[in-house]
Amino acid sequence: MPYIGSRIKRKEDVRLLRGIGKYVGDIHRTGMAHAAILRSTHAHARIVKIDVAAALKLPGVVGVLTAADMPGLKTIPMRTGVIPGLERSQQTPIATSKVRYVGDPVAVVVAENRYIAEDALELIEVEYAPLGAVTEARAGMQPGAPQLHDATPNNIAANFQVNVGDVDGAFGDSDLIVEEEFSTQRHSAVPLENRGLVAEWDEGRGLLTMWGPTKMTHTNWRILSDLIGLPQSSIHFIEPEVGGGFGARGEFYPEDFLIPFAARHFRRPICWIEDRSENLKAMNQSRQQNHRVKIGVKKDGTIMAMDAEILFDMGGYTRTHGGVPAIAASAMLRGPFRVKNYRCNVFCVLTNKTPVGTYRSPGRYEANFVRERLLDMIAHRLKLDPADVRRRNLIRHEEMPYDLGKHPFHYMVYDTGDLPGQFERALGRFGYEDLKASCAAAKLEGRAVGIGIGCFVETSGIGPWEYARVEIDNAGMVVLYSGCNSVGQGIATALSQIVADELQVAIENVRVVHGDTAKVPYGNGSNASRSTVMAGSAAVGASRKVKDKLLRLASASLEIDGADLILCDGRVVARGAPERSLSFSELARLALPGPALKSGMTPGISEEDFFATDKRPFPYGVHVASVEVDKETGKIKILDYLVTEDVGRKINPMIIEGQMAGGLAQGIGGALLEEFVYNEDGQPLSTNFMDYLLPTAMEMPKAQLISTEDFPSPHNPLGVKGAGEGGITAAGAALANAVSNALGVEVKKLPLKPDYILQLVKESEAAK
Amino acid sequence: MTTRPVRLTVNGREYTGQVEPRKLLTDFLRDDLGLTGTHVGCEQGVCGACTISLNGELVRSCLLFAVQANGAELKTVEGIAPSATELHPLQEKFWQLHGLQCGFCTPGILLTAEALLKEIPNPSETEIREWLSGNLCRCTGYQNIVAAIQEAAKAMNNAKS
Amino acid sequence: MKPAKFDYYDPTTLDEALSLLAQFGDRARPLAGGQSLVPLMNFRLIRPAHLIDLNGVAGLSYLKIDDGALRLGATTRQRELERSADVAKRWPLLRDAAGFIGHVQIRNRGTIGGSLAHAFPSAELPVAMVSLDASLTLRSKTNQRTARAEEFFLSYMTTMLQPDELLTEISVPALPAQSGWSYHEVSRRHGDFALAGAASLIALDANGAIQHARLTLTGATPIRSQDTEEFLLGERPSETLFRDAARRATENLEQDSDIHASAEYRREVCAVLARRALMRAAQRSAEQMKGTTQ
Repeated sequence: MPYIGSRIKRKEDVRLLRGIGKYVGDIHRTGMAHAAILRSTHAHARIVKIDVAAALKLPGVVGVLTAADMPGLKTIPMRTGVIPGLERSQQTPIATSKVRYVGDPVAVVVAENRYIAEDALELIEVEYAPLGAVTEARAGMQPGAPQLHDATPNNIAANFQVNVGDVDGAFGDSDLIVEEEFSTQRHSAVPLENRGLVAEWDEGRGLLTMWGPTKMTHTNWRILSDLIGLPQSSIHFIEPEVGGGFGARGEFYPEDFLIPFAARHFRRPICWIEDRSENLKAMNQSRQQNHRVKIGVKKDGTIMAMDAEILFDMGGYTRTHGGVPAIAASAMLRGPFRVKNYRCNVFCVLTNKTPVGTYRSPGRYEANFVRERLLDMIAHRLKLDPADVRRRNLIRHEEMPYDLGKHPFHYMVYDTGDLPGQFERALGRFGYEDLKASCAAAKLEGRAVGIGIGCFVETSGIGPWEYARVEIDNAGMVVLYSGCNSVGQGIATALSQIVADELQVAIENVRVVHGDTAKVPYGNGSNASRSTVMAGSAAVGASRKVKDKLLRLASASLEIDGADLILCDGRVVARGAPERSLSFSELARLALPGPALKSGMTPGISEEDFFATDKRPFPYGVHVASVEVDKETGKIKILDYLVTEDVGRKINPMIIEGQMAGGLAQGIGGALLEEFVYNEDGQPLSTNFMDYLLPTAMEMPKAQLISTEDFPSPHNPLGVKGAGEGGITAAGAALANAVSNALGVEVKKLPLKPDYILQLVKESEAAK
Repeated sequence: MTTRPVRLTVNGREYTGQVEPRKLLTDFLRDDLGLTGTHVGCEQGVCGACTISLNGELVRSCLLFAVQANGAELKTVEGIAPSATELHPLQEKFWQLHGLQCGFCTPGILLTAEALLKEIPNPSETEIREWLSGNLCRCTGYQNIVAAIQEAAKAMNNAKS
Repeated sequence: MKPAKFDYYDPTTLDEALSLLAQFGDRARPLAGGQSLVPLMNFRLIRPAHLIDLNGVAGLSYLKIDDGALRLGATTRQRELERSADVAKRWPLLRDAAGFIGHVQIRNRGTIGGSLAHAFPSAELPVAMVSLDASLTLRSKTNQRTARAEEFFLSYMTTMLQPDELLTEISVPALPAQSGWSYHEVSRRHGDFALAGAASLIALDANGAIQHARLTLTGATPIRSQDTEEFLLGERPSETLFRDAARRATENLEQDSDIHASAEYRREVCAVLARRALMRAAQRSAEQMKGTTQ
């Protein structure tokens, strides 16, 4: 029975369930010291003076570092989302003359333990000369606003346009034009494990070992090498267990330079584990976008054109991939709908807040909210069913592959799918028609019950390439060395299933190695739902090369033609003569240098493969939600929720459902609860878990999660589309539509806080 | 700096230590005793990653000082499984039903689930979710965790009868 | 976030504890459940030089009925209150209020006295104790005094307690016969601090008129709506009556704004919850009179 497609239990789980998985905070090195970061308490200020004398005197303090100890500091480079202009606002790993957000690193304390390190932080005296803070993107663009970086006038870090078709002409042909403004709030990944690193410098051998890097291991390996001035061969990254990533963990942060720098400087292994209040100020934030959109439609709901202006609040600096949410939002604003005329003007604006990066379904969560709200607004104005407006505009199967038109920074050809079919499935399974009737009946009783739809196309499986090496060891164990990373998503299990099927071994006999730069020379990491697609495809390639080698070795030894040999149960077996076979372990022995060289074969069973593609698979689907709103308190109860997603092919259906459920929880959190709030001085107000609210088990509905394999992607040998983001991506859209429908109001911003809902109720009652 | 002695039992085994009064019980367990299964997520008593059992009661170890646990009997995730080769029914069901992803919240949730099933052997879904509301999970959306606890309850009740 | 240094004391008698407080005054803090204090210490927002652990003090944790009144030792755990059959039967408002506090793990350690002394705005036990006309015993090394719950809470997180005093006992009188009760709360998530809350007690006489009414709302301190309570006496329950009462109780209600909700929202929702709480309490009283309580 094949492993691919089975709901096999994860290999990662037993150690995690026993509590013996080692996360970075569990790693102890002899003589290890502990670091704490002194962070700016001002949103925008010049650093006048830093006095560390008192901190140095505290018993147990090993030392304190500031920018003065780090000559030749370079800025942290971008690795993707490189919009021209962004290079002018990058961040040095530690503040030099200015701080630009509360949380900006100013000094590093190293002490015998974290308690003393925190004591020492309080003894460092920093004199700041405060500057005015920019806390709102549009205000920050106006002349006269405080300037964050000298090189970026009006705090515009970058600006670009997308232009497809003839927007003005199409508006001319429209029967109805709707212009609206929407905003989504700042929120982000907030994984349960805070960030951390352990760095150890072996002076004698000139070797730096780092535990903790993940997500973009090899990219960060190169970046650190460049920033710290050590060759890559002198740096060894090791990935421990990781407590969730969601896009924010694993980018190159200031601490990724500061901690190894400190380890070399003080010649002690150094452990740095951030606490939650730092995490909420220092880990990449995201999602804060303002959209002004004009949409033109025909009377029957056909969309003629869309014209959008997007402001993306970047925070104080451009980090490694801060441009991505803006690029993604502008690329995917049209979603699964046919909009041949589209224009978008995008501003990435610097503000005195924590810098940004990606968060699961970056730019798309925001864009789906905006577009799906617009579709419902159009439906109301034209007195059409919101479902019908969508039916009229969904891209049909016959139109695939569907080219959305040129975008300067994003791949724009949907590969395959039946979006209308998926739409009908979603509404059918949810009971949309019956529910519409019962909502209407409930409203007559005075209850505010409503339904909301959110359609989506997700991007996934980004290239450009991924690395795999498959080896067979002396015991016949199959070892896959993969360039991807684990952030908890179960990739080791999925890859094991793929390799086990290719080589016909029991899954227990496959080991997956990832995140270790001494064992895996190349990799593009785990982001953008790429791992199963890219790492999986590379694993297939490498496995097939290993299969060839196994057959050649067996053929030579058994003197049977390769065409008459098959793989079965960890052995190479003669077709029709099962007693003539060799185990993988025996074949490995035949491949040892002695015998192999004698027979003119390359020693070992070890094959590499790179899977390369510049195309992307696009999973797609629908969210449907029903809610009841308490009109007197603004509290929202989610009655029912459904997500459908076509993922092309399911390696492990259980893992896919888990991704959908987890994504949905984050999507609901983003719609109802989570927000990084800043006051007018740029002081963050959501710096602990009673202010930044994550959904608990009580806030989550029991959702129907339907993944389908209708249209495998033609772009990779497995046919998979990455399933990491479908669960989150249209939750804001569906819930905002459901609430609007329940109350007869037009929601234009997230989150759906009770006081905002109450305000909408009052406005609508006043209007009647 | 005065330190105080601490003597306590964790998972049936006696430990001693010498700690500053301000040392949190979480850090004592993890750093002094090497029991790193109990995790630190917030040090504020909200996320539940540090949940353990103290004298039979479910508590947040980040809100206790190690000195307060002097003379106490603790249970942590390392003590959930009956042996090095067997798993507790909860652990079996979590494994079977994909009740964990990154695993960071899992130890705290296992302790909570165990305490729940001791008090309410046949909990309703609402009761399960209420008990879980003090444990944050960022990966799973809780759905499979609830299912795993329901199945474990069935298995444990069947085993008893 | 690790706390700042402190000296730790674990007295075993109340006298010892009070002596320590007398000695150290406002440089000391008593530690009960720690569910509110320790987070503040971990954030270093509170940095006592001396921490007096009350968890080992004998005779401070008890739940007993004395002459019809409920007497609670200050370090009694919230979970004990929640689980007590006596409390559920005779003071169900307390059980309901306790159930709103955070999560099981918090209630296992959190204490009744700790919650009252900490006096966090919108906390449930302060509101419930005010509604129930509870009286509090405050003791120092040299003195003992009693305070009504209503006068105990002075302002934002400030109570009558002097630095050398401990709250040692809470006494809750018996309720009038066939009292109905209700505790309503709105929060962002289950177990979070209330954005708005209302506790109500209603007892009806043989003619169905209100003979006892209590309405307490959340605010910086619990806000007892005495005028409204008097307004209700003698009236027969109705939706209109309670809507009117709720309006009166919240017309000039002072509330705070924060990132979770505006003051205006809290005031409006207090009115909604006041109305709902009064309705439910009246309903329960009527049910008790008929013998059909739930």
